[in-house]
Amino acid sequence: MRFNVLEHQLVPEHRLVAEEEAERVLKAMKITRDQLPKIRKSDPVIQVLEKIEGPIEEGRIVRVTRVSGTAGVSEAYRLVIGR
Amino acid sequence: MMSSMRGVTKRIASIKFALLSPDEIRRMSATKIITADTYDDDGFPIDMGLMDSHLGVIEPGLRCKTCGGKVDDCPGHFGHIDLAMPVIHVGYVKDIKKLLQATCRKCGRLLLTRQQAMEYIAEMEQVEELGGDVTEVGYVTKETAREAQKRQRCPHCGEEQGKITLDKPTTFREDGHKLTPKEVRERLERIPNEDLRVLGMNPEVARPEWMVLTALLVPPVTVRPSITLESGDRSEDDLTHKLVDVLRINQRLRENRDAGAPQLIVEDLWELLQYHVTTYFDNQTSGIPPARHRSGRPLKTLVQRLKGKEGRFRSNLSGKRVNFSARTVISPDPILSINEVGVPVEAARELTVPVHVQSYNQELVKTWVKRGPTPLGAFGEYAPGVNYVIRPDGRRIRVTEKNAEVVAEAVEIGYTVERQLVDGDIVLFNRQPSLHRMSMMAHEVRVMPHKTFRFNLAVCPPYNADFDGDEMNLHVLQSEEARAEARVLMRVQEHILSPRFGGPVIGGIHDHITGSFLLTHKESKFTREEVTYILSKIDIRDLPPPDVKKGGKEFWSGKALFSAILPKDLSMTFKSSIAPKGDIGLKELKEEDSLVVIKDGVVASGTIDENAVGAFKGKIVDKLARDYGPDAAREFIDKATKMAIGAIMIRGFTTGIDDEDIPEEAKKQIADVLKAAIEKVEGLVESYKRGELEQMPGRSLEETLEVEAMKILGRARDQAGQIAGKHLGIENSAVIMARSGARGSMLNLSQMAGSIGQQAVRGERLSRGYWNRTLPHFKKGDLGAEAKGFVKSSYKSGLHPTEYFFHAMGGREGLVDTAVRTSRSGYMQRRLINALEDLKVKEDGTVRNTADTIIQFKFGEDGVDPSRSVQGRAVDIDDILQEVLGEEPSWKERLREQEMASYGLTEKDMYVEISEEEVEVEEEEPPSEE
Ligand SMILES: [Mg+2]
Ligand SMILES: [Zn+2]
Ligand SMILES: [Zn+2]
Repeated sequence: MRFNVLEHQLVPEHRLVAEEEAERVLKAMKITRDQLPKIRKSDPVIQVLEKIEGPIEEGRIVRVTRVSGTAGVSEAYRLVIGR
Repeated sequence: MMSSMRGVTKRIASIKFALLSPDEIRRMSATKIITADTYDDDGFPIDMGLMDSHLGVIEPGLRCKTCGGKVDDCPGHFGHIDLAMPVIHVGYVKDIKKLLQATCRKCGRLLLTRQQAMEYIAEMEQVEELGGDVTEVGYVTKETAREAQKRQRCPHCGEEQGKITLDKPTTFREDGHKLTPKEVRERLERIPNEDLRVLGMNPEVARPEWMVLTALLVPPVTVRPSITLESGDRSEDDLTHKLVDVLRINQRLRENRDAGAPQLIVEDLWELLQYHVTTYFDNQTSGIPPARHRSGRPLKTLVQRLKGKEGRFRSNLSGKRVNFSARTVISPDPILSINEVGVPVEAARELTVPVHVQSYNQELVKTWVKRGPTPLGAFGEYAPGVNYVIRPDGRRIRVTEKNAEVVAEAVEIGYTVERQLVDGDIVLFNRQPSLHRMSMMAHEVRVMPHKTFRFNLAVCPPYNADFDGDEMNLHVLQSEEARAEARVLMRVQEHILSPRFGGPVIGGIHDHITGSFLLTHKESKFTREEVTYILSKIDIRDLPPPDVKKGGKEFWSGKALFSAILPKDLSMTFKSSIAPKGDIGLKELKEEDSLVVIKDGVVASGTIDENAVGAFKGKIVDKLARDYGPDAAREFIDKATKMAIGAIMIRGFTTGIDDEDIPEEAKKQIADVLKAAIEKVEGLVESYKRGELEQMPGRSLEETLEVEAMKILGRARDQAGQIAGKHLGIENSAVIMARSGARGSMLNLSQMAGSIGQQAVRGERLSRGYWNRTLPHFKKGDLGAEAKGFVKSSYKSGLHPTEYFFHAMGGREGLVDTAVRTSRSGYMQRRLINALEDLKVKEDGTVRNTADTIIQFKFGEDGVDPSRSVQGRAVDIDDILQEVLGEEPSWKERLREQEMASYGLTEKDMYVEISEEEVEVEEEEPPSEE
């Protein structure tokens, strides 16, 4: 990999969420996994995360922490999907 | 699918598109059509003609020969025409071309080896397995076809392949030789089923030879009804006309062919048949002239019925015509509350509200019905009648003058009556283009004489309405639920604050602002009579005590009068719109009476103008709406505008071109300033030509000259404006309007009185036109001010011919700009709305779509409703501090803080867009829309 996209200033922080925590988050929001926004396994960000965390299967959840002009810091979650 | 489909009981899993085979066409056909004649001499449909009664009925009383139903029961039935010779279907030429190119001309097999074909099938299956959708599978099949087209020789039979080309719209050639539709069809017939699967076709429902028509489906008469004109003549639908053409030529072709006519004649007729069938499908096929009526109007055939703004999709499916609505011209009525709308009596009598009859209202409803459809009150005024009585079985009985009494007696519990509008009914009011949610608001009805809709001028800005002939629409709500929602969510007073920038969009305009200025500026005072007149317009019965006594006479100050409509605990400080621009001392502000200080509901100083009560900028309106609620804000706007109009009517107000008169010596001064500037530019040009001009960093010599010249001439225009401005005091009507923010700007005035200034196209001095010069009045290569678009004259003095021409050049750019901008932003908006229309904010603050998947975890990331925000921010700390601590930070500090905190937005950015936009937005979009 020539370039780590996570280091770019316009790319927000992405973290792989541990499975137990993922369950907690889903429960708190009263949703199922399929209701989350998606991110492809082929996404450059996931490629970088795989370098750090090892292989990431479909169905795992990633937390995106953005610095927001209006909210200060905002958190979002994405479901990892195939391809 | 998964359990994720909450709240959705049924869901369309997939849609399958297939081709109709000739067999299927004949099977579904109610009758074969053979004759081009439609009706016989007695006006009855001819058997096996285009209007055959097997195809359905359009005339009441007759019965369908296929199903036996009457007009409303029979859905209509298809018929068919057997074509004498096959013709290409225009809609499929692309696919036919692809198939011809990808298959062998002799054996019909796909031009790929077995191995290659297997590979592509495997790839396709993989994509499908991975959940790829139709488009993704389409990519694979496209790739397959592309690969097959490359092969010159058939891998199966060894045949050399020709080059297939398409002569638009429907003529195929092989190595230049024409292929007849019959030959094309034969080739397509030869393609084996398993090869079609590789190409992404399902041969069970779509054999390729069906793309070449041997039978033509004839739509039911209900799809193409004929209309009987007043003269008794029958006028046929465009589709019927086209089908008549097809039948005629089909008949001639068959006769000629059977009679063994020369090949040339048969071919000509065959091509003519192809033309008619092609235009029957799409009369805008490129490459052939559209079929026309005798009048010259092009026919509207199948594709034209579906496509574009007037097509079935956009005009009948995405949008529909509705009942219980009205449209008419609008006009202003300053007496109405902003929540109201004036409805003409004629409209009120047509528009109705359904009232369900219950025990509590049965007697009342009976008296309504008894009055008939056009009752009048005790003083001859409008009173609501009833148009229809609806029985529980759904039957509607029209109430007339004659049957009113009888019908009224029959009214029972469980009936519904349609009652005409009364004052206080809630209706939706709308003006196109409906660009934001304030384009459709709920108003309370006031039934009035005359023929226009009327509303308060303070509501013009959100609708972007004026009264130069604008029309608006009105919709009467038909259910209790809808009325409740409209009242709570859509009422005008709920929309005073805009979600666009968190400030007011409803408030004083034009004369409201001038009037407030005249009422409150400096020591304006009013006599007892005047005060009585002004206060009579609002609900204040008790005259406040007089402020000033002069020579035994009592006077009331305008500020005191205005204070009477403010809440008793309101305190705020801000600059008036008339305040001089720039960093000014407190003393100067006070001198101009332009620092508004309101303490405990009393205007202690300052002039009430646009910054206080204006739409977009009104600080008082803003604060009232935010802190005191919509009721208080509505009441304030109603009263403040009425009072302002009272004040302006007492003083009288007018403006004319003599408001821009300035003394001779001022004119001379301006002339001197302009002359000096022009000479300076001349000097600049000289030094440029001598090569002595000092180059600016990052710019060429030419650019440096242009920038410098623009700077000098711009400054000259400003100076001219300032000189003129010196003689235009605040007592001048035009200046009052400009400074108070009512209408126009000081720039407008200085261009009228002083000088119009440099004209520009794309931000540069004018340069194009003739060779090396703008106009033949100047020398070639003249770079001076006057030769490149500087207009010395003022609008008042009039322009010289060359100046006039330059001005037109500059003005044209503005027009083109707005025209381009509006059409582009209209199209952009349409796409945005189509993409976002099904998103909504749920109770937990998330934004979700109809499948209940999350789009945003918190609305706008911060969950703040922008219409409740303070200029986009969630809280106004300064305001809270002042409220809690009772302290008043110095106004200057506060202003500076606000400017810094607001995202780099200047006031200008925020307001200019709507307030200056004069051009009507007409929805227009690029021609191609697929
Ligand atoms: Mg208009
Ligand atoms: Zn029928
Ligand atoms: Zn072959």
